[in-house]
Amino acid sequence: MVPIAYYLVLSAVLFSIGVAAFLIKRNIITVFMSIELMLNAVNLAFIAFSRQWSQVSGHLQVNGQIFVFFVMVVAAAEAAVGLAIIIAVFRARNTLNVDQIDLMKL
Amino acid sequence: MHLALFIIFAGLCVAGALNLLLQRHPINSALSLIVVMSSLAVLYLLLGAEFLAAAQVIVYSGAIMVLFTFVIMLLNAGKEERTHGSKLAYIAGFPGAAALLGLLTYIFLSHSAAFGQAHLGEYLATTGDLSRVLFRDLLLPFEVTSVLILIAILGAVALARKEH
Repeated sequence: MVPIAYYLVLSAVLFSIGVAAFLIKRNIITVFMSIELMLNAVNLAFIAFSRQWSQVSGHLQVNGQIFVFFVMVVAAAEAAVGLAIIIAVFRARNTLNVDQIDLMKL
Repeated sequence: MHLALFIIFAGLCVAGALNLLLQRHPINSALSLIVVMSSLAVLYLLLGAEFLAAAQVIVYSGAIMVLFTFVIMLLNAGKEERTHGSKLAYIAGFPGAAALLGLLTYIFLSHSAAFGQAHLGEYLATTGDLSRVLFRDLLLPFEVTSVLILIAILGAVALARKEH
């Protein structure tokens, strides 16, 4: 058996690595990937809390898992649109470096 | 058994995430993110979330990461250039992230007894349990997400299309 707190600590570690990668990465695709990493860390926390709530209430509670399901759906939609925006930006600027993509005007 | 599996796959998760941070080439970062997501699927299974473990492999490490690797190859993304655009990210960002990690870890570990223990195979949420809530209580939000996906597809096509 594993304390649920360990899962939550792992989730915090992954989220912090995601924040750090978001801040220091200079490639726009890698920045986008670190956002996905943060979303995954939050999903792990949701599932761990869902498990904890099942234990507290004494029977199965799936609401936390439903939350993760919706996060996955929205993340899939977000990845499709985000990557399309990256392709459009690359066509207009010919670079993937975020320091050179600091104007919204194309 | 449970603890050994947790340590192995949590270690893989953290190693993959650190590799994402340290690699210079985006394709290496993408592949290490696939490792993170697949190990997370095992952790979901350890917590009794069967359906989400399968969905994690299919949607995240399958669909989303294939999309990422396709875009990286399509745009022929090379090694990252080390330009230091903002010093603020280093000055405020790293201590901020470390403080966040320290605070959360402290809170979780100091209330560890209140969170309880996870036993293997207890409270297994099957696909049936999940769909009973999803299609009975949350039918409207579920249908709205299908509209969201449709709009996202249209938006992606409209954005990525070549303009004439």
